[in-house]
Amino acid sequence: MAEERFEPKIVAFLCNWCSYRAADLAGTARIKYQPNVRMIRVMCSGRVDPTFVLKALALGADGVMIAGCHPGECHYLEQNYKAMRRFSMLKHSLRALGLEEDRVRLQWASAAEGVQLAEAINEMVDQVRALGPLNWPGNWSEDGEVEAAIERLAEEHAEAMEVPA
Amino acid sequence: MTEKVGVYICHCGSNIAGVVDVEEVAKWAGENLEGVAVSREYKFMCSSLGQELIEDDIKNEGLTRVVVAACSPHLHERTFRRACANAGLNPYLCHMASIREQVSWVVEDNEVATEKAKAMIAGAVNRVQLHEELEPSLVPVNPNTLVVGGGIAGIQASLELADAGYPVYLVEREPSIGGHMAQFDKTFPTLDCAACILTPKMSDVGAHPNINLLSYSEVEEVSGYVGNFSVRIKKKAKYVDEELCTGCGICIEKCPKKVIDDVFEAGMGYRKSIYRPFPQAVPNIPVIDTVSCTYFETGKCKACEIFCPTEAIDFEQQDSYLDIDVGNIILATGYDLFDCKTIPQYGYGRLANVFTSLEFERMCNASGPTEGKIVLRDGVTEPESVAIIHCVGSRDENYNRYCSAICCMSSLKFGHLVVEKTDAEVFSCYIDMRTNQKGYEEFYERLLEEGMNFVRGKVAEVTDAFRLPGEEGKLIVQVEDTLLGIQRRIPVDMVILMAALEPRADAREVGLQFGIACSMEGWFTERHPKLDPVATMTDGIFIAGAAQGPKDIPAVVAQGAAAAARVQGMITKGTVEIEPVVATITEEMCSGCRICNTLCPFNAIEYLEDKEVSYINTALCKGCGTCVAACPAQAISGAHYSNEQIFAEIEGLLYDVISGNGAKAPQVEQEPVPA
Ligand SMILES: Cc1cc2nc3c(=O)[nH]c(=O)nc-3n(C[C@H](O)[C@H](O)[C@H](O)COP(=O)(O)OP(=O)(O)OC[C@H]3O[C@@H](n4cnc5c(N)ncnc54)[C@H](O)[C@@H]3O)c2cc1C
Ligand code: SF4
Ligand code: SF4
Ligand code: FES
Repeated sequence: MAEERFEPKIVAFLCNWCSYRAADLAGTARIKYQPNVRMIRVMCSGRVDPTFVLKALALGADGVMIAGCHPGECHYLEQNYKAMRRFSMLKHSLRALGLEEDRVRLQWASAAEGVQLAEAINEMVDQVRALGPLNWPGNWSEDGEVEAAIERLAEEHAEAMEVPA
Repeated sequence: MTEKVGVYICHCGSNIAGVVDVEEVAKWAGENLEGVAVSREYKFMCSSLGQELIEDDIKNEGLTRVVVAACSPHLHERTFRRACANAGLNPYLCHMASIREQVSWVVEDNEVATEKAKAMIAGAVNRVQLHEELEPSLVPVNPNTLVVGGGIAGIQASLELADAGYPVYLVEREPSIGGHMAQFDKTFPTLDCAACILTPKMSDVGAHPNINLLSYSEVEEVSGYVGNFSVRIKKKAKYVDEELCTGCGICIEKCPKKVIDDVFEAGMGYRKSIYRPFPQAVPNIPVIDTVSCTYFETGKCKACEIFCPTEAIDFEQQDSYLDIDVGNIILATGYDLFDCKTIPQYGYGRLANVFTSLEFERMCNASGPTEGKIVLRDGVTEPESVAIIHCVGSRDENYNRYCSAICCMSSLKFGHLVVEKTDAEVFSCYIDMRTNQKGYEEFYERLLEEGMNFVRGKVAEVTDAFRLPGEEGKLIVQVEDTLLGIQRRIPVDMVILMAALEPRADAREVGLQFGIACSMEGWFTERHPKLDPVATMTDGIFIAGAAQGPKDIPAVVAQGAAAAARVQGMITKGTVEIEPVVATITEEMCSGCRICNTLCPFNAIEYLEDKEVSYINTALCKGCGTCVAACPAQAISGAHYSNEQIFAEIEGLLYDVISGNGAKAPQVEQEPVPA
């Protein structure tokens, strides 16, 4: 019997106005995409706290997607630019933790882009599948260590968000 | 957990049940998920019987939380919230899992779909237990309305509101209202004279007791929120006392200084330094253009002052400011035209007899610079042949990808005017002919009968470099006729470029000022492209007309009226509910670092100097949550999207992974990588 294919679990944060609607549209249009992504609705990609991503990974997700409106189209004007900035910092920290680049992804998807969102999901699932399980929780020893690392990262982020007065 | 959760799984006919094993999921949720007291599946949860199921369980089983696994919350969240409210449960204690759009419609394998549905329900059940009761707050709506932009869209909106008895402030940047429509001669497809249908409306605005027309004015500052905006308007100095001026126009006659009118006459004609854009201007009060005025330049002249019979000229006048309170705002700022010089191969600005569409409109207008005569730049020669080039700056990925919507019909209108007024032969070079409104296709057929020539193809170049006999002294239009499959060189005397409609150059700044978004191109973004076309994401701010996207006058007028109707609805209701999904700062936890202060695009966050903490004005907050994610002290909490709620949802979504990996108790030894 062939070995069972690894099915990664990916958590996605979708902004209410564009990306969640793109997911609605993918549904209405009956576009089939891989079932590995489980979605959470947030009002805006700007709401996505880096700790959400870390938490998802720490709980056993193999990857995380953040999806929002295209730059210039955020329904809160410019908050996705903030998401973008935060995301690049997050990527940096995750790299320091030895995490592969493809495990986190920032995706723009307008309400009309059901197909694009589905394609992005398929691509990400394939990439993460190729990387294999992350198994963060399993890879860390002591109780609380994951939490400690998350906290440390969160602090760094907060500092980095600080805008010089 | 002490909450009693009811889980309701909808079959949606066979939409969900045909893929997801709903009975199995309902049974599983009832047996495995902590907190679930009732778990049911039903054919159509959104039907009244489905809703009653929830209502009865709340009443009889004492449910304190509700999860509905069905379609997207964008469709029926309201329905189920209402059902909860009917049964006395706070509507925000309900949550939906989108197992149709995100599961049954997109997952191929039934077993996998069932598993995904379980995970989503686990997430919802986990999260909903942390939900808090929320109450929308009620604020009164000020019955005054601000309309920005006095084109036909703004005029229509203002009149609708004023006629209904509500006060309107109409702010127009130029000395007169009227917008682009005032520049036209005829309007397609009926060929009504633009002035005949527009000027009566303009005078109605000028004379209406409920309209306060602020011409030559701009909005300087906006603050507040739906129902309660405060607006500061800058009235630019006209140097003419509006109370004294009777609009006789003697000053204009006597002014010795003539300058090219780049705005109203599109550079085709002249105006004086003291001017009104056109004779039927509303208001009929002239303004002095200080840049060209001899007195402002040299300190001498004052001809206008000397001749004014009512002593209305006031060279000392200053810009003044007016502060008003309004409940709603309609933005109707219109469009700009594409700068045809951007496409050098079409020769505009270099080849004299290449005209823009707006120049041609002015030329056709009986009160325009040529008194309605169609002539070449020399002002006398009638053209023997005219080429009209469509899609200049539209449908071209080098400039704008969109269709400007009105150019095909304007071209036909121009073709008709040329045929009517001259003996010239007319060529229309088009990519596709788009005549898809009432009476438009018929107008196209009419032009075919009138003998207009149609060449299907995108023009490569307009040149005066002649090569073939008959080309000398002509403009040669080089175009591939894609229907005949040949390259053509069409020699003509006059070329008209159908310039694209573009967002106003300052649309983004205006959008930011009023807190609304623009599309990538710069058109104002409506709340929903189909179902909410004149509202925006910012409550109390509506949009109408070409500022929202290219469109013709009937569509513009419909939007103006629609925006007014929406505003009237708000005023009649008298109060407005403010969404309780907002951020708040816990004073005790705030360190006063002020990181959040710059993050809010709606200026909802203030720093309280005395207390040295930040404070969120919940009436201004739109609940995006960006500040919540940024606060290093975790002093900001986002209602309905709190960290705890989202963490709980993540945990639920990953319930199957967690149970396998023991996430809460990591096992394998390994050094963590230092950060
Ligand atoms: C060449 C040409 C021919 C056309 N012919 C026809 C036709 O025959 N039939 C037809 O149906 N449609 C025609 N159209 C389309 C028509 O012009 C538009 O549909 C219509 O004029 C749009 O009206 P509006 O009020 O939205 O915008 P506009 O007419 O652009 O009016 C906007 C107004 O807002 C003011 N404004 C802008 N910004 C500010 C600000 N920040 N503060 C204060 N005021 C501001 C402007 O000064 C202007 O008065 C034609 C268009 C072109 C280019
Ligand atoms: S970011 Fe947080 S701690 Fe800093 S001022 Fe804002 S609320 Fe206070
Ligand atoms: S949640 Fe968004 S809108 Fe509300 S105060 Fe924070 S940044 Fe501003
Ligand atoms: S609302 Fe979609 S990214 Fe901000």
